[in-house]
Parts: sequence; C-alpha cells; structure tokens
Amino acid sequence: MTQAEALSETRSSHDHHPGPQRKWQDYFTFNTDHKVIGIQYLVLSFIFFGIGGIMADLIRTELKTPATDFVSPEMYNQLLTLHGTIMIFLWIIPAGSGLANYLIPLMIGARDMAFPKMNALAFWMLPPAGILLALSILFDAPQAGWTSYPPLSIMTGKVGEGIWIFSLLVLGTSSILGAINFFTTILLMRVPSMPLTAMPLFCWSMLATSALILIGTPVLAGALILLAFDLLAGTAFFNPTGGGDPIVYQHMFWFYSHPAVYIMILPLFGVISEIIPVHSRKPIFGYLAIAYSSLAISFLGLIVWAHHMFTSGTPAWLRMFFMITTMVIAVPTGIKVFSWLATMWGGKIALNSAMLFAMGFVGEFVIGGISGVMVASVPFDIHVHDTYFVVAHLHYVLFGGSVFGIFAAIYHWFPKMTGRMVNEPLGIVHFILTLIGMNLTFMPMHALGLQGMNRRIALYDPQFQPLNELCTIGSYILAVSALPFLVNMIWSWIKGREAGDNPWNALTLEWQTSSPPAIENFETLPVLRWGPYDYGVERIPEDIEPPLTSPELQPESSALS
Amino acid sequence: MLAGIALTLVSIWYGQHHGLMPVQASEDAALVDGLFDTMMIVGTGIFLLVEGVILICLFKFRRRPGDDTDGPPIAGNIPLEILWTAIPVVIVLVIGVYSFEVYRIEGGFDPEAAEQSPIQVAMVSNSDVSTPLMAPQHKGHHHLALGVGATPDEMTTAPDLTVNVLGLQYAWIFTYPDTGVTTGELHLPAGKDVKLVIKAQDVLHAFWLPQFRLKQDAIPGQDAELRFTPQRVGEYPIICAELCGPYHGAMGSKLYVQEADEFDQWLQQQVASQSNADSTVALQPSEPTDADYLSAMADHVGVDASVLERLPHTLSSPSELVPVSLVGPQG
Repeated sequence: MTQAEALSETRSSHDHHPGPQRKWQDYFTFNTDHKVIGIQYLVLSFIFFGIGGIMADLIRTELKTPATDFVSPEMYNQLLTLHGTIMIFLWIIPAGSGLANYLIPLMIGARDMAFPKMNALAFWMLPPAGILLALSILFDAPQAGWTSYPPLSIMTGKVGEGIWIFSLLVLGTSSILGAINFFTTILLMRVPSMPLTAMPLFCWSMLATSALILIGTPVLAGALILLAFDLLAGTAFFNPTGGGDPIVYQHMFWFYSHPAVYIMILPLFGVISEIIPVHSRKPIFGYLAIAYSSLAISFLGLIVWAHHMFTSGTPAWLRMFFMITTMVIAVPTGIKVFSWLATMWGGKIALNSAMLFAMGFVGEFVIGGISGVMVASVPFDIHVHDTYFVVAHLHYVLFGGSVFGIFAAIYHWFPKMTGRMVNEPLGIVHFILTLIGMNLTFMPMHALGLQGMNRRIALYDPQFQPLNELCTIGSYILAVSALPFLVNMIWSWIKGREAGDNPWNALTLEWQTSSPPAIENFETLPVLRWGPYDYGVERIPEDIEPPLTSPELQPESSALS
Repeated sequence: MLAGIALTLVSIWYGQHHGLMPVQASEDAALVDGLFDTMMIVGTGIFLLVEGVILICLFKFRRRPGDDTDGPPIAGNIPLEILWTAIPVVIVLVIGVYSFEVYRIEGGFDPEAAEQSPIQVAMVSNSDVSTPLMAPQHKGHHHLALGVGATPDEMTTAPDLTVNVLGLQYAWIFTYPDTGVTTGELHLPAGKDVKLVIKAQDVLHAFWLPQFRLKQDAIPGQDAELRFTPQRVGEYPIICAELCGPYHGAMGSKLYVQEADEFDQWLQQQVASQSNADSTVALQPSEPTDADYLSAMADHVGVDASVLERLPHTLSSPSELVPVSLVGPQG
C-alpha cells in the first residue's frame, strides 16, 4: 500500500462528517479555540507587517537623497524606532505565535491548547499595545531606536518612551503566556502513540522557542521597568548623571533581545523542516540532528548576547568569550541548512509557492548566516558595528529568513486553514517580486556599511547616494510585491478551488483531519500509523489500532469539551 | 570535482578582489582586511555551494508532470552528517583563532587600560563645576579596559601623543593635554603612536574611523581608549556610529593625518592663536566653531544660546573640563 492509498483511505472517512464550522464573527471575539486564535494572530500580525512596511518605505524615501528633505530628523528617528519595534514585536513574533497556535494541537493530535483561556488572553493583549504604539506616531512617538539605549532614551520625549515601554511590557507578557501554553501543550498533550522523537519538527522548534521566551522575556521586563523608573521617577539605574550605568541596560536588553532573534527564526526553521519534505516527496534528512540542533541553538542563543556590545563597555576577555560562543552557533545552524539541502537533493520537488518560498528561505538565510559569522569576529565587528553592514545582515536573517518562512507557511497551510487552494501563478509572481526586491534592497547595504555609512541616520555622505537609490528602488518593489499576495489571499479565501483534506499528500497529523478542521480538530483522536516524514517508505499494512476513545485519554482542558 | 575546483578558485579570487573596504590608513586596517578577506573566501565558497545546490534542485530535481510517486526514502547518512558538522567546527575554530590574533596584535588586550583610573563624569553634578574632572578619582567599580590599546610591541612605551576626545550632541571636541589646544577637528602626526582617550558628555556616542577599522563607544561616566599608529597622510572622516539624537547623522568631523613636521607646525599655530585670543577659541579662522555649528540646531534641541556661548570657554583647558548641560537629563 503506498502512502497515497493509505491517505485516501483516511480521507474518505471524513467526507461524510463535515464538523461544525466557525462563523466569521467568532474571529472578533474572545474565542478560546486555538485555530481561531491562530488566525487572529496571523491576520493581526500581517496588518502590522503592512504598517511597519509603510514605515520602511518612508525611511527608504528619506534615504533616497543624502539630505533630510522628506521627513524631519525627529520624525525619521520615530519612524525607525517604530519600524523596528513593530516588525519584531508585532509582526514576526506574533506571526510565529499564530502558526504555533494553529498548528501545534493539530500536529500532535490534541483538541486544543493546554490553557485555552490564557491563550485567548495572550492574543487580546496584542491589539491594545500595538494600536497604542502605532498611533503614537500621531502625537509623540518614541525616537531612541528599538534598542532604546539610555541615556538618550530617558532624555527624549517622555510620552513616546513611556508608550514604548508600556507596549513592550504588555507584548512581552503576552509572549510569556503564549510560550507557557506551547511548552505545556507540546510536552503533555501529544496523542499517546507519539513519542517526542516522532513529533513534527515544527513542534521541536517551538519547544526550543518557548524555552527561550520563558528565560529571556522576564529579563527584558526587568530592564524596561528599571528604565521606566529612570524615565518617570527620576531614579538613576542607568542614568550616569546620577551614578547609574548605561551599560547594565545594554546587558539586560540584549539578554532578551539576542535570544529574540532565535525566537523569531526558530519557528520558521521548524516551518521549513515541515514544508521541504512534503514538497520534495522525501523524508527529512537527519531528523534527530535537526531536532537537537534547535535545542542547541536555543541554549547557545542564551550565551551570546554581548556580541551586540563589542564596541561598548565590554572588556577584552568578554569580547573574546562572546565571539567564540557566537561563532559556534554557526555549527547547529549549518546542520539544519545542509540537512534541508540533502532533503531536497534527489527529490521530486513540486515548485509551488510554498516550496519556492522555502527554497528562497534557505538561499537568503544562508547569506545572513555567513555575514553573521563575520560580524561575530571582534576585530571585524569593531569596523562594521552600527553600520549598514549590520542592517543588511539582520534583514537577510529576518526578512530573507523569517518573512520568507512566514510566507512559505501561509502558502503551505492556507488549504488547511481555509479549505481552499491558493492561486499558484499569483503566488509565484509574489515570490519573484519579493526575491528581487529583497536582494535589491539589502544586498547593496553590505557595501554601504563596509565603506563607511553608519546606520540610523537621516542624512549621509553624498558619495553613498547611488547605492542608496538602488536600495530605495528595491524597497518599492517589495511594497509592490505585497499586492499579488493580498489579492491572492482575499480571492482564494472566498473563491479558491476546494482543497480537500490533504492536497499535498502530507503525512503529519494536521492533514489527517478535514479542511478547515472541525471545531475540536479530530472526531476521534488519531493514532500514528507512520512517521511524520515517511515519504517513499513502503509500509507493510498493519492492523489499524482502534481509535482512542477512553475518557482518560481525552484532553479535558478544552473549554469546549 | 571540476565544479569543486572552480568553486574554490572563484571563492579565493573573489575573497581578495571584492573591493568593498575603504582605504587602509594604518597597519591595523590591513590586519582587519586580511581577516575579512579570509572570511570572504570561506563565505563565498559556502554561498556558491548552497545556492548551487538549490539551483540544481530547482532544475534537476523538479517533479515531472504526471509523476505522483515519492522520492527515494533516504532519511540520513551518519558519515555525511558528521562531515558537515566537523567542517564548520574547523572553519569556526580557524576564524576564531585568527580573529583572536588580529585583536591581540591590534592591542585589544592592552593591560594598561585596566590600570587607568576612570574619570567619573557621572559623579559630578552640574552645580559642582569647579571640581577638576581630570584629577584621578579613587578606583571605583568602572575598572574595565575599554577599547583598543597598545600593540604588544608598544605596551611598555608611553604613546607619542595623547588626545582627549569628547563626544557631545552633536560634535566631537579634541583636546591636546600637553599644549592645552582644543579643536573641532583631529590632527595627528603620521607614523606616531597615538592614544585617543574617548569620553562622552551627555548620551552614548561612538567614535568611528572607517579607514582605520577602529570604533569605540563613548560612554558617559566611563573612559575608553583607541591607540593606533596612523600611517597614511590624508583627510579621513570621523563618524558618530551610535544613535545620539535626531541630528546623529550630522555628527561628524575630520581627521587630518599629517607629516610630523607639518603637524608640529599646525600645533604651534593653534597654541599661538588660542593663547592670543583667550576669549574665543579660534579653531581655524575659516572654520565655524562648534558653537556656531550647534547654534543652527539649538532650536531643535531646546538649548539656549548662552549655553552654547559657554562651550568653548569651558573646554579651553583640559583641567577645567566641565560637563556642560546641553540637554538636561529630562530635556
């Protein structure tokens, strides 16, 4: 029996029982269904992606010419601060949470998350914080950069900085609540037939991500609260005029904010590990190596933070220690990249939008990885720190990596979420425009930084104008690339071709239920009959075990059960 | 095999001919560029390998129309996985050791920096202006060796020239303690061992010399140093590389590396002009003073003109360096 036959068997059993479906109003309420919350997260994060993207294009328009002729320097700093903060805390991190919310229970055969009410609470903290932050541009936005280093951050506008701190505290709390949920759900709510080592790799990566969030975010909260005291109560934790130490803030800030990079990229590593085997029709290459490398990255990610401070108040021994730990991260990351390549090699690759974005992810992320090892080297980083080289590096990781990964995930799981297929030609146009726009925007920035253009400046040396014009053109192409995506999403959601339960013939559990899944996901909890990536594996037909119906095996925490 | 050789050759060639770095104005710069070239060779190799594999997959391993079968069920290959774990480990170790060496030769481990007593601007309030800030304070908790110090060869000798660098919104002020000269532009003699003592007055700044591949944050309350030997006569930009406010992009200056005798001449001129006119510190007759420069921005940052007027006076002698409160803590 081939996989396809096995799948068609399971599929037919669902056809006659279309479960109750959600109404559109449910998506605007305090709903505890993980699938609703997942969609809420994703839609909200895409809205903020749009807002942050408009800000990015305003920044690039200012930088088209060396003079400050488009926005005022104060407004420029507000834009770059909000762009950074929104893209990190309201786009990539919530988009990862959205995918995790939607997928984890489906992938492990659970009916909902471990703490559904807390899950809904975590989501509903985002809109007020995000709207407050985005609207601050209308009166007094923060303008000390997303890093918000004191003393500058406590000397510029009090209102804007206060809003920034408050929003981040709320967003951080939401993130912690989400992580508690992911961690508990993955560890305790798998179907009994699924050991940890038969979990889809996305769950492994979310396990690693949640651990990072739980360890790192409280430290950020500490830094922000102390900063708020300095700002509002006149204390001097970080204020040198009162004997405080601004470097302590940098340590506390980066203790969270470097792991935050892995919080933003690890979920998408998981996504790529899911998508590549399905569309290559091959088992993932080196399952255990990929799973454990997520944990290794998570651990190492906690001991590299001071590489953001190589030109700051750090002594030589500290710079050397953090240089070595940072470089070592290249090893587990390399294992992942090579494993993905080996998975594709010799496969039968379906070149659809999801797979193209996944391949784009690998190709673009590796550029950010290479420049990442470079900036880990202290003598070289002393030259490029706080320059456009770093801007290029971080965008290759977060745009070429995370954003490509999110797009890949949307194209891949869209049929599951909506029951309809995406329009492939539009998706491919979207991919090509994004690929061109991204490289045109960010590749020249490497050269700019090396040549001597520092970051976070509204006016620059005229010798850098030609390359900056290229970057600006690229950013406009990126703006245009959003159009086919938007059209595709809206059109396909309403009028797309019916997808069926498992259009990709995938083996993970989320594809073994209806599309979109019924309210409690599975009529009877599924039993694993194959590994998550057993493509091409010829299986001896076994006696199918009876479905698990005994009450003690059913999760009881779902508010709907 | 052939592809591998071609890939290696292209990487080696590109790693040395990328032309991405600005002029090398010191031997340190050449060292850093050597390190960067090496990383570019390795990086180009990895880039070509990965992108090449992706392109091959894109064309050679695409699914043919009508083929619904799965690929070969290969789930791993232990020797291959050990290989692609071991090779990055070796690469990382080599680059790590190489970086360590470059940093050591540059002077990153200069022990003298650790013995310096830091000047704690932070401990002096604005009302306490008479306290001489340059006087050594008791050894506080800020005992960090910050910046790049003497090279291993020069560790036992004192620098030929020391210049105090003060960063403030939005200018750099340079003071030559031996002569008391204060300027808004940095002049240094070529071929001499120079030590810059870097301080900040208000917020964080970063002192960056791209052509020297050197950068150090200027931190209020903590001194840092950059010690190097400029080799190439010329005019170079000095850039502030840490966000310091709306006009951060405008905060820059020039470094003039001159032959030793030209430099001495310039310094004498400065001494003469600054002692003649003790009420106005003429930087250079044709150049605007920092006060002029800043007054244009005074409206934006909320500084009144009288504060700017005080600026050159208070900085005219290094023994009277006073924290001018351009922007108050809650400004």
